[in-house]
Amino acid sequence: MVTLIETQTQDYATVTAEVSTRTDLADSPVRDLNQALHNATDGQSWTVENPGGKHSLAVGINAGVTVTINGHAGYYAAGMHQKGEVTVNGNAGVGLAENIMSGKVHVKGDASQSAAATGHGGLVVIDGNAGARCGISMKGVDIVVGGNIGHMSAFMAQAGRLVVCGDAGDALGDSIYEARIYVKGTVASLGADCVEKPMRAEHLAELAGLLAAAGRTDNPADFKRYGSARNLYHFSVHNSTSY
Amino acid sequence: MTITSLTPGAPAVSAARPVEELGLRESATFDRATIADIQRAAATGVYDIRGWGAKRKVPHFDDLLFLGASMSRYPLEGYRERCDTDVVLGDRYASRPLHLQTPVTIAGMSFGALSANAKEALGRGASEVGTSTTTGDGGMTPEERGQSKHLVYQYLPSRYGMNPDDLRKADAIEIVLGQGAKPGGGGMLLGQKITERVAGMRTLPVGIDQRSASRHPDWTGPDDLEIKIGELREITDWKTPIYVKIGASRPYYDTALAVKAGADVVVVDGMQGGTAATQQVFIENVGIPTLAAIPQAVQALQELGLHRKVQLIVSGGIRTGADVAKAMALGADAVAIGTAALIALGDNDPRYAAEYAAMGSAAGFYDDFQDGRDPAGITTQDPDLSSRLDPITGGRRLANYLRVLTMEAQTIARACGKSHLRNLEPEDLVALTIEASAMARVPLAGTSWIPGAK
Ligand SMILES: Cc1cc2nc3c(=O)[nH]c(=O)nc-3n(C[C@H](O)[C@H](O)[C@H](O)COP(=O)(O)O)c2cc1C
Repeated sequence: MVTLIETQTQDYATVTAEVSTRTDLADSPVRDLNQALHNATDGQSWTVENPGGKHSLAVGINAGVTVTINGHAGYYAAGMHQKGEVTVNGNAGVGLAENIMSGKVHVKGDASQSAAATGHGGLVVIDGNAGARCGISMKGVDIVVGGNIGHMSAFMAQAGRLVVCGDAGDALGDSIYEARIYVKGTVASLGADCVEKPMRAEHLAELAGLLAAAGRTDNPADFKRYGSARNLYHFSVHNSTSY
Repeated sequence: MTITSLTPGAPAVSAARPVEELGLRESATFDRATIADIQRAAATGVYDIRGWGAKRKVPHFDDLLFLGASMSRYPLEGYRERCDTDVVLGDRYASRPLHLQTPVTIAGMSFGALSANAKEALGRGASEVGTSTTTGDGGMTPEERGQSKHLVYQYLPSRYGMNPDDLRKADAIEIVLGQGAKPGGGGMLLGQKITERVAGMRTLPVGIDQRSASRHPDWTGPDDLEIKIGELREITDWKTPIYVKIGASRPYYDTALAVKAGADVVVVDGMQGGTAATQQVFIENVGIPTLAAIPQAVQALQELGLHRKVQLIVSGGIRTGADVAKAMALGADAVAIGTAALIALGDNDPRYAAEYAAMGSAAGFYDDFQDGRDPAGITTQDPDLSSRLDPITGGRRLANYLRVLTMEAQTIARACGKSHLRNLEPEDLVALTIEASAMARVPLAGTSWIPGAK
């Protein structure tokens, strides 16, 4: 069972929790954890032990809570996240922080496919590598990956920023719209309509901010920027080989 | 489509002698529509994109008849004996299933494809008769949430406008795998319909030609779907029913897999089902008819012992109460309508004949939903055109139509001696053609023969 330890009720918003509720998933269901998180108020805090790669951990958070997961998470950890902060001291499975709206999700290990897929806002930090389709259809989320990312990352990426401190796999940014991609290492290949773009002062500044938010010390000047050539924004018979 | 081959002002045929009188023979292979398609392709170099569903003739509900009561079956007294129509959707796992007063629901049609007024009218009409309406590829608008008593929120590959706040506001969630008009196809919305509001809801630049993804970004296949459904249930605290919508191609397997993945409701959409904008070649050549899809889906549910426990909603070419009754007799729990609902709101109304003609179309043929120039104010984002559709009047017209569908279905059910629409059964039906008999798995009229039956 989830043991709720009441924190002092405050009449002002977001406070840093002093006591943390400890949930051991070896002997309590994910359902109880998520229900408690949905009932939570700003400033509460949870520590989750023995996650055992279970799916849908800490999904649908909608308050300024902090959750620390000690171990590996399965699919959709912190899915549709809002406002709070989730840290995974381990690896995360498919669809980490999918459709995140705001707040922060931090994975200390690696993340599988489709990390931060369709995210609308907030920050997702992956200290290790991310698999294929990282940032697919992203819609405003910021993603910082310490290691490499897999193929088809930022596919149809609409808005937001993807920062990769390692290398990017094949077909990066295929059919990209207005998202911006920064890669420090090599890019195996660019997808349709994705091109390298000049790094101007404003890009260096925004990249510095993102790296700082992710707690990283990389030098923005070492990165290259990629984005949409905007050639596929209108259907044209002459583009038929690109579709 | 729009005729592009003729020079403006040139008469199509000699006014004096219509083609029929000349004794000309039209080719069945190269008929006039086919010739116009070739001419259009040659002139423009792009395939035809249009709205509406498959226009080719396929075996359909018209090819089925009800037997009615006889010596061994007692009919119910019309207007005196009750014939109930309500349906509960989603009580397999969800703690808050939908309870609808009529089994005729409104299918998912996106804001973007439709005007805000049209969405509001659909919500008003559906709510007036106690049924549900559905969002679409483009998110939930306050207009439709506000006016819809029961609102189904679509979860599509594009995830345009998807957010957990709206998810929690939804009365049901519909995971869309495909549409009957285009199983295996993503969506498209052309630049003229991407206004500032539509673009804002989809996080896209204004005025671009937008393609929506055909595959979900964070799951593939039935094993992933089970985990995805688990996530959506966790986010909504197991309150909200979860539907899975499939475009009819392999409905036997898709239904079984959706059920095993944990769906509360399966929606099967046949190839005649409408679309807002798809390549004509796709609409006409991919997918199977609604009639062929229903028995396959029902068989899958029956084999799993879950027929009526996981509800089946059927769509694609539902027009009349007879169609509703036939779909239900074949085993559906409810139906959904798209095209017919738009017609009820005023789509293809002859009063816009002059405007259709000016666009190279005609009332009854207009399908250029992608162009956003709909004179009826339904499939447009143009403020002047959409202001022609009054949501209150439109809602009333839709409610009238939904009542007629329901009463027509009741008329047939009573004739078959059924006190509830859901009690209609395949036994009440016969087929007029061998094809319909084989697909619907009911005997050819006057025989006991079902082609292909073991
Ligand atoms: C204008 C229009 C827009 C549509 N938009 C969507 C959509 O966004 N998502 C979806 O799953 N189906 C969409 N559909 C398909 C309908 O949900 C439904 O499957 C179909 O219209 C049912 O067939 P019927 O038109 O013959 O009634 C759309 C249909 C039309 C006519």
